[in-house]
Amino acid sequence: MNAPSMRTASLAILRRDLVLAWRRRSDIAMPVLYSLIVTMLFPFALGPEDTLLQRIAGGVILVTVLLAMLLALDAMFASDIEDGSLEQLMLAPQPLALMLAMKILAHWLTTALPLIVITPLLAAMLHLPAAIIPVLLLALLLVTPLISLFGAVLVALTAGTRRSGMLLALMLLPLCVPALIFAAGAVAAAQQGLPWLAPISWLAAVLVLALVLAPLACAAALRIALDS
Amino acid sequence: MTVAHAAVPLLQARALSFYRQDEPVFAPMDFLLHAGELAVVEGDNGSGKTTLLRMLAGLLHVGGGELQWRGERMQRDTCGGEILFLGHQLGLKGDLSPHENLRVVTGLHGCRDGVTVTGVLSRVGLRGYEDEPVRRLSAGQKKRAALARLLLVPATLWLLDEPYANLDRQGIALVNELLEKHTADGGAALVTSHGAVSFHGGEPRHIRMHA
Repeated sequence: MNAPSMRTASLAILRRDLVLAWRRRSDIAMPVLYSLIVTMLFPFALGPEDTLLQRIAGGVILVTVLLAMLLALDAMFASDIEDGSLEQLMLAPQPLALMLAMKILAHWLTTALPLIVITPLLAAMLHLPAAIIPVLLLALLLVTPLISLFGAVLVALTAGTRRSGMLLALMLLPLCVPALIFAAGAVAAAQQGLPWLAPISWLAAVLVLALVLAPLACAAALRIALDS
Repeated sequence: MTVAHAAVPLLQARALSFYRQDEPVFAPMDFLLHAGELAVVEGDNGSGKTTLLRMLAGLLHVGGGELQWRGERMQRDTCGGEILFLGHQLGLKGDLSPHENLRVVTGLHGCRDGVTVTGVLSRVGLRGYEDEPVRRLSAGQKKRAALARLLLVPATLWLLDEPYANLDRQGIALVNELLEKHTADGGAALVTSHGAVSFHGGEPRHIRMHA
């Protein structure tokens, strides 16, 4: 058997998912528009008062990005289960966890990265000082992959259940609380001129752990989901 | 294929069964499949043909009894890449063209020597449709695009769930040709069908299923 190398297989899956996302570009635009509109509501609701908006800006953006990602999470494996691609992926002579890691990476690139790109715009809408934006971006670069990885495991666990979208939100949001606290803590510390490296380091450590464990958990959960 | 292998059956089932909510899906089954053999799994609707094939593919766990691959207990990593499963869901992405879909297949499962995606697509009668999104193809054409996988991927055992469904007369002849060539080359195939199937060479083995 001359099974293709893991590199070839990983690239094939990554390429496929990115091409599929590009063919459905409007789906990529949805979370971006959603987070723009939600962030826009805050100055309307709270009044254009600089100090108040500055104080809540970091938290508002983090929560908005989290909710926007939740919108797109549901679809991570749904179409693959429906059309049988996931079965074929499971039968391929490649480690399923690695293939799923590629799918999660593609999902992050197509949903989280556009959100991170527009973050400076969101920050400007809430009058966040320009000096704080790099810290916010760094926090988002660590938090969003975490949400993707946690989310992927939960999507895999709820695969096949009805109304999994609502269930997913109920399960994922509490799980994200610690990550949110660290990320918001880093932004708040930066705003007060305090050192912000410690919470960022914690996030990075958890991310490394999740990078290793989440794809394995995801693979196990999906094998169980299809085994019925 | 060595002589030693020919004596050991490729696939052996002993009192194989599967349970869904503690109810047996089909009566315990015993069968052998040697290299170069073709077996047709027959049974009424709901008799568990698809369940059997999914179990043999390794998607479902073995409920009871024993399943052996080349004389050893069947495990996912011992037969990885040797089994090709084609189910009701074809595993094609609607937004991708047949060509793009098959490129992913070769990336995952590998490609036979001297075979190209374009060549395979024209062999299954999809010349001119290579770059059309799969969702715009007819059901029969989708089936043909999925069948192209049989020509492309190196595998010993084919598990085909209703390969004749949606196909026209030429398509059915194509499947028969592929099966004949595969068994002549030392491969084996398990095919489910509830219709009458005619093969060119010899009478295939029949495995009857009872609910």
